[in-house]
Amino acid sequence: MLHLILFVIFGGFCVAGAVNLLVQRHPINSALSLVVVMGSLAVEYLLLGAEFVAAVQVIVYAGAIMVLFVFVIMLLNAGEEERTKGSRVALLFGIPGMLAGSVLIGWVLLERAGTRAVPAGALPGAPRVIGWLLFHDFLLPFEVTSILVLIAVMGAVVLASHPGQKHGKKEG
Amino acid sequence: MVPISYYLVLSGILFACGVTGFLIKRNIISIFMSIELMLNGVNLSFVAFAAQWQALRGQVFVFFVMVVAAAEAAVGLAIIIAIYRTRETLNVDRVDLLKL
Repeated sequence: MLHLILFVIFGGFCVAGAVNLLVQRHPINSALSLVVVMGSLAVEYLLLGAEFVAAVQVIVYAGAIMVLFVFVIMLLNAGEEERTKGSRVALLFGIPGMLAGSVLIGWVLLERAGTRAVPAGALPGAPRVIGWLLFHDFLLPFEVTSILVLIAVMGAVVLASHPGQKHGKKEG
Repeated sequence: MVPISYYLVLSGILFACGVTGFLIKRNIISIFMSIELMLNGVNLSFVAFAAQWQALRGQVFVFFVMVVAAAEAAVGLAIIIAIYRTRETLNVDRVDLLKL
């Protein structure tokens, strides 16, 4: 019972944050409601017993990625969204599309998925077991992701560096 | 006892909200945040199915999704900064040319 209550409370936070992200016009408000979504998703992971994923969610998503977003929003001094013709058409088709899509997904998942109920903390894995999996069975993908992150860091530095700061121009 | 399908419905709602944000938002940073929302919804369904089948590999996969999302956020925000520097706008309707 407690499991269901916690699920409903934090699921409600999740959905409210997601809807608030859509409603707010200023990007900083959207970013902060996305933090709410990610924090309550971490609680949902904990309810499922995925402690490792919950910790990584808070550290990487709610921590690192959202700090990056807030930094960029403040760096670019992003103001309120302006309404254009395209945005009105998108609103006209987007909202009914989302409602139809989520009702369809919900109906299929509730009626046809054939899933069973699980108690709180259903996953047996301690973070130690996941670490073992990562460094034994998934060693090659893990190393590939490290190379990917390295390339992403270099790409971000190259893309965000000022074009006027090259060595040739500095001297001239 | 909460059925796994409730978690899947929650992840479906989050994904639908992400798709809608992707469609109706005009600020490029908000569009980017909608993509993150979609990734979060998919992550929740991964963990829910991992609990359903008692398989830890689902959680490992979520880890990889998060790493790719972090890399994507770093590169994407750098591209946004570069766009803002050349166009002085964040509205995607005003960014309609590939060349300067």
